[in-house]
Amino acid sequence: MAVPANKRLWMYQRMVTIRAFEEKAIELFKAAELPGFLHSQIGQEAVPVGACAALRDDDYVTSTHRGHGDVIAKGARLDRMMAELYAKETGYCRGKGGSMHIADFSLGIMGANGIVGGSIPIATGIGVSIQMRRTDQVAVCFFGDGGSNEGSFHESLNMASTWNLPVIYVCQNNQYAESTPKRTHQKIADIAVRATAYDMPGVTVDGNDVVAVYEVVQAAVDRARAGGGPSLIDAKTYRRLGHYVGDAAVYRPKEELEYWEARDPIETCRRHLLETGLSTSTEARAIEDAARAAVEDAVVHARQAPSPAPDEALEDVYSGWDWQGQRL
Amino acid sequence: MREITYRDAIREALAEEMRRDDRVFLLGEDIADPFGGSFKVTLGLTNEFGSSRVRNAPLSEAAIAGAALGAALTGLRPVAEIMYVDFTTTAMDQIVNQAAKIRYMFGGQTTVPLVIRTTTGPGRSGAAQHSQSLEAWFLHVPGLFVVMPSTPYDAKGLLTSAIHDNNPVIFIEHKLLYNQKGPVPDEPYTVPLGQATITREGADVTIVATSMAVWRALEAAEELAARGISAEVVDPRTLFPLDLDTILESVKKTGRLVIAHEAVERGGVGAELAAQVCTRAFDYLDAPIQRVAAPSVPVPFAPVLEKRVMIHAADIVAAVQKIVPAREKTLG
Repeated sequence: MAVPANKRLWMYQRMVTIRAFEEKAIELFKAAELPGFLHSQIGQEAVPVGACAALRDDDYVTSTHRGHGDVIAKGARLDRMMAELYAKETGYCRGKGGSMHIADFSLGIMGANGIVGGSIPIATGIGVSIQMRRTDQVAVCFFGDGGSNEGSFHESLNMASTWNLPVIYVCQNNQYAESTPKRTHQKIADIAVRATAYDMPGVTVDGNDVVAVYEVVQAAVDRARAGGGPSLIDAKTYRRLGHYVGDAAVYRPKEELEYWEARDPIETCRRHLLETGLSTSTEARAIEDAARAAVEDAVVHARQAPSPAPDEALEDVYSGWDWQGQRL
Repeated sequence: MREITYRDAIREALAEEMRRDDRVFLLGEDIADPFGGSFKVTLGLTNEFGSSRVRNAPLSEAAIAGAALGAALTGLRPVAEIMYVDFTTTAMDQIVNQAAKIRYMFGGQTTVPLVIRTTTGPGRSGAAQHSQSLEAWFLHVPGLFVVMPSTPYDAKGLLTSAIHDNNPVIFIEHKLLYNQKGPVPDEPYTVPLGQATITREGADVTIVATSMAVWRALEAAEELAARGISAEVVDPRTLFPLDLDTILESVKKTGRLVIAHEAVERGGVGAELAAQVCTRAFDYLDAPIQRVAAPSVPVPFAPVLEKRVMIHAADIVAAVQKIVPAREKTLG
């Protein structure tokens, strides 16, 4: 499949935006500007970007606690994301969610989720809804190798298969479930083999090759749109930092990190753009500078934005009713 | 007015709402025809609405609750069935961490028009995992509504309201009430969420009772009447939103309160109601509030053991007699 030049450039732009956002967020977190926790997606950028490159605006994604990249890939606004990290009123969740709970329902971003495996049944239900509304939308469900051990994963894949739902389950197999390496939390080498149990296609792909991810997700999306049902994609990638910012990742061998650093998804993509003449190094640098500038603008916005009024803590518990059960 | 069973009343609400609104659909274990659900509530609905809108699901409570939630977030109005409230335990992440939180956590971006129907209560030798009354768990979670109808009329009207509402509603039906008959209008109607009903008027004591306990309270009131004590029975119908005003008005009138439910006493709904009444109507109380609830033990299998931990009209009578002076004495 020939991937058009503009799509390749779009993928590069999105990946460098994610990297710039994550690097800035880490810097701000270490400077104690951001409350809460931060889970960095650095090193995994090619998976959400490759997957979202295969989606339309009206398609859906669900994400995880490590989901900044997922939502940027689907088009989330950096200013509202950063404002949410800053716990500000203009944030996506008006300061109620934070880093682990970014959503933009108007863009089909159906929520990052703080419970490992928690969004897998939700994505499955979105598939039910698509099927019942008879549209040709699809849902992409992101989760990790750790999440693939939750019961919700197995219940959902069985249901999606039985009901032939248009859901693409994309495992961002980053080799670690918190501090536990994949080889000690599951015996299988390829998570894709679990698809066999649910009679759906299971594909293993180099998750640091954005074009390869795009191609396998596009094939799964085409299949789902045509009524062919769900797929499971095992995108092998690597979580370059600790589980959270502040985790020194002492459990990780140095050689392993070096192996993956040599396979950086953004470097790989950049090299390919230059080698194939799709971009000059000046153009690539312009994309990188623009991404960093956009992130800086988001920070300026977020710092200036107002904090929510304390009583907003009592709002939006229910729709149409107040938190004490009185009709609004 | 015609009389139909609690089961038929619930089925009628489902069918009316599915006819009215294409977005309403059902999913759950064994709900499709010809089986029609473990309690036969959905019997016949597959024939009218087809297997896409009456979805027979794998035995996967977490996926059922989560699938209902995902559908609710994307334009549909699902009604999920979890066969026994005991089985909601395996769906708790989806109910408690997801459905209850999604509107709030995402800053009010969305609504969650979702109903989870389930069943409660002892009395069928179902033992410890098919007999529990777990409503207090759900009441404890901000973001959920909790409904417990005790009559066919309320079951139909409250379920209709629950389906119309844009929030996740845990709709708890009582297994032993499915065959109970009562007057139910033919046409669609609603019973508003958050509105208690005075099931029997009285002057000497208020008995607030939920679900099956309402019927035990009515039996007790009958017995008490024979002994010269006039008991008022109040059924909150929805535990949240709660119509505290109706309860407070009754307590202000009678000066005495007994709370009855089938769930275990410790941490039960009765504790919350007692605290609310003490805080807001302490000066009107002439005696300590009494709770009639199950002892805090699991529900046993043997009928003789199960009977020991169920609440009976006699327990309510005894609780009332503890706090209402005997009529003979007052008169003498």
